Order: sequence, then structure tokens, then C-alpha cells
Amino acid sequence: MTMLSLSSSPHHHNRRDTGQVMRIVCYATIPGILANIWFFGFGILIQIALAIITALVTEGVIMELRQKKTERVLKDYSAVLAALLLAVSIPPLAPWWVIVIGTFFAIAIVKQLYGGLGYNMFNPAMAAYVMLLISFPIQMTSWLPPLSIAEQSHTLWDAIHTVFTGFTSTGFSVEQLKVGVDGTTMATPLDEVKTALLQGYTVTEATTRIIFDGAYGKGWLWVSLAYLLGGLFLIKNKIISWHIPGSMLASAALLSLSLFLIDGDQYASPLFHIFNGSLIIGAFFIATDPVSASTTVKGRLIFGAAIGLWVIIIRNWGGYPDAIAFAVLIMNMAVPLIDYYTQPRTYGHKNKASKDS
Amino acid sequence: MFANYDQIIERLSVNQLWDFPGGVHPPQQKSLSNKSNIEFIPLEPTYYVPVKQHIGVEGKLLVAEGDRILKGQLLTASESPFSVPVHAPTSGIVAKITRHVSAHPSGIPELSVIIDADGQDTWIELKPVPDYAKADKSELIERICDAGISGMGGAGFPTHIKTNNSKPLEFLIINGIECEPYISSDDRLMREHAWQIRQGIDILVHILKPKQVIIAVEDNKPEALETMSIACQQKTNYQVVNVPTKYPAGGEKQLVQVLTSREVPSDGLPIDVGCIMYNVATCYAIADAIVEGKPLIERVVTLTGRGLKSPKNVWARLGTPIQSLLLHGNYDASTQSSPRFIMGGPMMGFTVTSVLTPIVKISNCILVPADNELPHPEDERACIRCSACSDVCPASLLPQQLFWYSKSKELEKAEEYNLFDCIECGACAYVCPSEIPLVHYYRQAKADIRNQREEKEKSDKAKIRFEVRTARLQKEKEAREEKYRLASEARKASMNKDGGNAKDKIAAALARAKAKKEAFAKEAENAQSAENIKKKESVSELSDSFALPKTKLVAVDEDAAAKKERVAAAVAKAKAKKVAADEAKKENKEL
Ligand code: SF4
Ligand code: SF4
Repeated sequence: MTMLSLSSSPHHHNRRDTGQVMRIVCYATIPGILANIWFFGFGILIQIALAIITALVTEGVIMELRQKKTERVLKDYSAVLAALLLAVSIPPLAPWWVIVIGTFFAIAIVKQLYGGLGYNMFNPAMAAYVMLLISFPIQMTSWLPPLSIAEQSHTLWDAIHTVFTGFTSTGFSVEQLKVGVDGTTMATPLDEVKTALLQGYTVTEATTRIIFDGAYGKGWLWVSLAYLLGGLFLIKNKIISWHIPGSMLASAALLSLSLFLIDGDQYASPLFHIFNGSLIIGAFFIATDPVSASTTVKGRLIFGAAIGLWVIIIRNWGGYPDAIAFAVLIMNMAVPLIDYYTQPRTYGHKNKASKDS
Repeated sequence: MFANYDQIIERLSVNQLWDFPGGVHPPQQKSLSNKSNIEFIPLEPTYYVPVKQHIGVEGKLLVAEGDRILKGQLLTASESPFSVPVHAPTSGIVAKITRHVSAHPSGIPELSVIIDADGQDTWIELKPVPDYAKADKSELIERICDAGISGMGGAGFPTHIKTNNSKPLEFLIINGIECEPYISSDDRLMREHAWQIRQGIDILVHILKPKQVIIAVEDNKPEALETMSIACQQKTNYQVVNVPTKYPAGGEKQLVQVLTSREVPSDGLPIDVGCIMYNVATCYAIADAIVEGKPLIERVVTLTGRGLKSPKNVWARLGTPIQSLLLHGNYDASTQSSPRFIMGGPMMGFTVTSVLTPIVKISNCILVPADNELPHPEDERACIRCSACSDVCPASLLPQQLFWYSKSKELEKAEEYNLFDCIECGACAYVCPSEIPLVHYYRQAKADIRNQREEKEKSDKAKIRFEVRTARLQKEKEAREEKYRLASEARKASMNKDGGNAKDKIAAALARAKAKKEAFAKEAENAQSAENIKKKESVSELSDSFALPKTKLVAVDEDAAAKKERVAAAVAKAKAKKVAADEAKKENKEL
């Protein structure tokens, strides 16, 4: 008798696999990256390249060691995506070893040590970001001013040179690159306001400084809008659901609005918070990492909203100017609890699952 | 929480329905097979009729090898209320009664009647019910059972049991949804035999007396919708509704929810929310059974997939091996790298293990997919917790959690997450980007849990048996001890009561001792051996009387008495010597 081929139902599959999903998310970051290059130079490209290479090598070696199907695992693009998200989160001209260490940490420790894709409790990119921030605070906060107001412009070659040697091809250091046309050292808009507030200025006074364009940091607004575009594309194509970005932005906006209405001199407006720093990329690309986020519908709303709140709280009262990474990690820890208490009610049951038996 | 009767009727009258959560929209592919009329196919030389084709227990065989049988003749008798008989699909000879590959994913051989057709196809005498409207409800139900009808849409639940309902019934739901892609057997049946389906519904209405009949057809079958509407138009309480296409809208629980907003309780039946549901093909078979007197021996089967050159629907006798259906569909082996035949649809069907697998009452489709049509599954990747699966689950389960616990064999946890509410629709696995065969894991976990339960039941029974036995032994022991206690108490009591009796015994013993003392006096030299004998006697006395301490006392007295005797004997001897010596002295003096 001929052997028939046997398989278990369903025999039908929707053809979008994990690799495709991850790849599409990677593509969706392209507008944001382009905007970043336009305003802040080529540094980000070098960081991305270094991160991806490190991630693939790390993951590949670990897969070989664990005797898994290396090629198949690499093709799921999850390592590439994590590397990409870390690379766009760090200062573009940070020294090469920062991103290499960070990416290695993200893949080897945060992801693989916990058992590989699907098992990691923490968002690898954000865990690595926090590790870097704590270990290398200077390098991790050396953000450049937008090219338009930088005293020294730099080329692609300069960017490569700086990342690997610390100096541009013409010998300028990152410190020098940070100097704006007005001769003062530049910081990120969030830093700027934070420092100004500590020095007794009001928010409005702080935002009159040269790196600002109205309420927004020069360039930052456009970069955020570009990421927003990519994020909306993901929602439209059902790669991510709206719940996490929606609730995260809404809660951040609500809290900052309340504070702003109470004291507009001490607290920045919701728009300032949304479009400066990495709230947008965090909402659409980072908090939505499926592995470390909540999995139920209600849970995602709570998860997103809580991250939004943490971001505003840490930005206003915490020690760090931006807070996406901390907020995401805090909520990663809460995910098992959130998931447990937000289980949907199963068909034909009166109560939520696992509580009515 | 749920809508009441009037609200439901109001919404149905404008074809306004509810929705069920989740669901998917796989490509329909119905047009492959639904273009032409249902075809009749020539008789087979051999049929393989499994004795059991439904949920429940198998009936008792009524035929033996070598028997000549007629078409429609009973092959088994239904002995228990849960069994449904099977009938001969044609006339011929029972060639063999043996185990034959079953229409089950495992293919495990099951007892089957193998029939060689004689080509005459002669019916047994048919006994239709002349006017069902005058017939008794119980007679009709019996007829439905005798005709061998079990649910033809899904699990194959015996129809007569469902029909024997005494609870209040609001909605009789006729399921013409056929939500599985590719399958069009119900579609064609409705298009071509709407009138007979309506007859079947009329019979059910006569038996069940529902307040309202709902005939539900998915909106991808406009022709069937139309024919059913025409067939039912004179009946005011029959409502044909147009249900939006979404898989698995045809699931019993989902359809109840879509039509009435009500949910069948997890451990209950549709009747608990006032509904009973029949598949259209079952209605057709009921009409056949009552109006024509014909048992269920054939059904419509869709032959489809791009592995067949001429996909179509056919009337297939139960017991037809699928290999002959493949021939009728013009199987094109070049489309498949390795032969793969699915019984049922692409979402819930199973791959058969042999081409001799027979058509049974629930076989609605043979799907032969070309390799590029339904590609062979790839190896699963890690779950990325994307929750695509929970978004589509119609039962609002968390498939990723079920998967996690099923895979790690944390079966209790899986049950806590309501594993048994999974209807195995496959929507989750259909969307899973990591291509995890989720349903496969669930089936395995369910089977494991069932096994565990059985084991537990067995060991529980053994434990109970053991406990009962120990308890019984314990009781017997206690009873015995109690008896002894009572007996000894009785003896003590009797001893105290007639103390004289006991004193007599002691006196008798003393008297015996006295007598022995006298004997000792005679044989003082043998005192030692005499003592031994006495000891023995005292021991036997002891066991005789149970009055332990007293006997001992007696024995002690006896010992003391013996000593006295010995002393007395010695004294007597000495006295005697002295007397003799004195007399001798006297004599010597006198001499
Ligand atoms: S769809 Fe697959 S990968 Fe996504 S959560 Fe469900 S099981 Fe995991
Ligand atoms: S197979 Fe079970 S878990 Fe998966 S979607 Fe269907 S009901 Fe939900």
C-alpha cells in the first residue's frame, strides 16, 4: 500500500510567518531613520550596521552552540529588529564598542539566556539601553544638535571616523560637534528643559533656546512624525494592534495635560512630551514587542497606559530626561500579573477563565 | 445578559444578527465544486460499512458472513438508547465481518461489515409513515433512530436523542452555514432539494413544537438562500436568515450566539438556552426516513481540491472506499509530491491513512489539495506571543497559554485555562505566524487529560475497594474481639455469681492434693517425681478452669502441702527409728 502523507488540521495556513512580520516592522522604521539622517547626519546608519552585524553573529554563534537550526532562526529577523531598535535609540556618534556591547547584551543575555525568542521577559533592546545608560552615561547622553544649527557639519566619512576613533576625519571630537552655532554645548530638548527647570527657568523660557522650534526640538518633531507614519502603516496592515500605542499616547497626553493645566511654567505641554524624545518610536515599535508585552486585549490597554504614565512621571520627577526604556522594563515585569487578571471570559462561562472552576 | 425571545424575533425579522468574537476568513474555494448538480455514481463492487459511525455505543450485529442481504437491511440492532443502527448500502452478500481501517485520524481498524454487491441494488420492503402529522411523537423518534440517522454536520450525535426533548424549545435552528472552505455538499443539497429539507423540518416541527424555526445560510451561498426561502415561504414561523461569512460561523455554539446572542453553557447543551440545531443534510435524511421509509445509506460528498481534475459533488453510499471517489474526481497524482487526502475540510478535516477508508455518515468532503495549494506544514518556530491566535479564537480562549501549558504538560493549568472549551476549529493555528500546530497540541493534551482521568478513576476505584476491604477486616476483627470480651466477662460474672461452685472446685483440688499427700506419705522417697506429675496436673487444671490466679494459689498450696508431707514423712521415719531404737535399748537393757 502506498504511504499517504499525514498531517493534523488545520491544513490551511495564512502565509504571513514570523520572519515576515518582523521584517515588515523593520521596514516601517525606514521613514524615521531617513528623517534622522536628514536632521542629525549619518551616524545612525553606522550604528544600525554595527548593531545588525553584532546581533547576527551573536545569535548565530549561540544557535550553533545550542545546536539549533541557525539559518532558520536568523531568518525570523527578531535579532535584526532588536538590534535596529537599540541602534536608533542611542546617540548616533556613540563609540562603536557601545553599540557592540549593547547588542551583544541584548541578544546573548536578555534574549538567549532566558531561553531565546518567545521566552524573554524583558524587551531586549530596552534592557540593553538601560545597561548602557548606567554603564556609560557620558557616551550615552552625547546627543548632537541638528545639523542645521551645529557649528561643525560632518559627512558620512566623518561619522564613520568618529564612531571608530572618537574624532572626525578633520580632528573634531564629539564634544566639539555638540557645540551649536551660538557657541554653547547642545543637548536634547528634553535635557535642555530639565536643566533649565533645575536652574529656575520656566518651560516657556527654556523652549526659546536655539535648539527649539516653537515647542519642539529642531528636527525631533519631524523624526517623531516619520516614525508615526511607519507606526500607522503597521496598524493598518494589522502587524500591530492599536491598543498599546493608543493607550500609551493617550495616557501620556492626559497626564501631561493635567500637569500642564495645573502649572504650565513647571510642566511642559502634552505636545512637547509626545514629539520630543522617543515617545512615538517607543509607543509604536518598542512597547509593541509581542514577546515582552501583554497578550490580552484589556491587558494591552493597561500595559500601554501604564507605560505612558511612567514616562511622564520619570521625565518630570525622575533622574533621567527620557524614560521609555525604564517605563517599558517596569511594565515588562508586570506582564504576567496583567495577563492573569485580564483573561477574557470564555464562551459559555460566567466568569473569567481560571477563576470560575 | 442574553436577548429574550421577542428581541431576537425582532432582530431576525430584519436579518439583524449578533456576532461571535474572533473568526477568520480563509479563501473560500467553494466554486471549485459547487457549479454542477450532485452526480450519481455507479455501484461499487465492495462496500466497507463500519458498525459504529457516531458518538455512542455500537449496535449488535444481526448478520453473519455469507448472509444474503438486501439494500437497506439492518446490519446492526440498536440495543442501548445511545446506539444507532447501520444498514446495507446495497444488496449482495456479507463477504466478511472483520476489522477495517476506520474513518478516523488514527485509522485504527474498527469492526466493519464488508459487502460484495450483487449489482441488483434491490431494496428491502420499505415502510413509510403514511401521514406523519397524525403519527405519535415517540413513533417518529423511533423511526428516526431505526433509520440510522446521526448528525451529519459534525460530530455525529445520534439524532433521535436530540429529538427526544422535553425542555421548552424556542428556536429550532437549521444549520446550512457550511463555513469550511471548499465544501459545498450542503450548498448543493439546499439548491437541489430544498423541498425535501423543508419536509424534514416540518417533521421536526411536528415532533418538537418550537416557537420559531430559523434556517441559517451563509451569505456566500445566494442560490441556496433563495431556494430555501422559496421552499419555506408559506410558513410564517420559518425564517431564513443570511449569516455573514466568517469561519467558524457554522459551529453549533457560534451559530447559536450569532442568531440569538445566547451562549451555550460550557457544560450544557443548546437546549439549555432554548435552542436545538440540525444540519440541513440531517433534515433531508429525516424526510427520507419518515416519508419514504428509507434508512440512511447515502449522503452527498464533495470531491474537491486542485489535485482532482473534475471536482464535483456526488451521492456516495456509506461504506464507499475513497479510492473509487478519487477515480470519479479524476485524481491527478502529478499535483502531489506525496499522496495526501483529507476527509472533511481544510480547517477541521483529517488526512486519511488509507485509500480504502470508507465514507461514513459524517464524511462531507474528500479534499485533495495540490502541493502548492495547501503547502505541507513547516516546522514550528517559537511562539512570539503575538496573540494573533487569541484575537481570532471564537471561544475567547488564550491559545498561546493553552499551547504553553499543553506543550509543557502542565495539564492542570491547561484545564484551568478552559482547554475543554476549545472547539478545535483551527482558527488559531491558521493565523499563527510561527506555524505552530496548536490544535494538534490541544488534542494531545485533551487525550492526556482524559487518560489521566480514566487512570484516576481506576485507581480511585481500586483505592475504594482497598479501603472497603480494610474497613471490613477491621470491623470483623473488632467484632471478634468484642465476642471474646463478652465471653470472658460472662465467665467472670458466672464465677462471681455462684462463688460456691468455684469454692467447690478449690476444695476439690485441695481434696485431690490431700489424697496425693497420703500417697506421698506412702512413697516419701519418690517425692521428686510425684511432684512433677502434680505440676502437670495443675497445668491441665489451669487450662480447664480459666480461673488463673486461684488455680495457681491452689498449686502453690499443693507444693507447700507436699513439702509438709515430706517433712512429716521424714519426721515419722525418724520417730519410727527412734521408737525402734528405744525399743531395742529397752530390749538390750532387758537382755
Ligand atoms: S499566534 Fe502563534 S506565535 Fe502568536 S501568540 Fe499565538 S501561538 Fe504564539
Ligand atoms: S482551535 Fe480552539 S483555541 Fe484555536 S481558535 Fe479554535 S477554539 Fe480557539
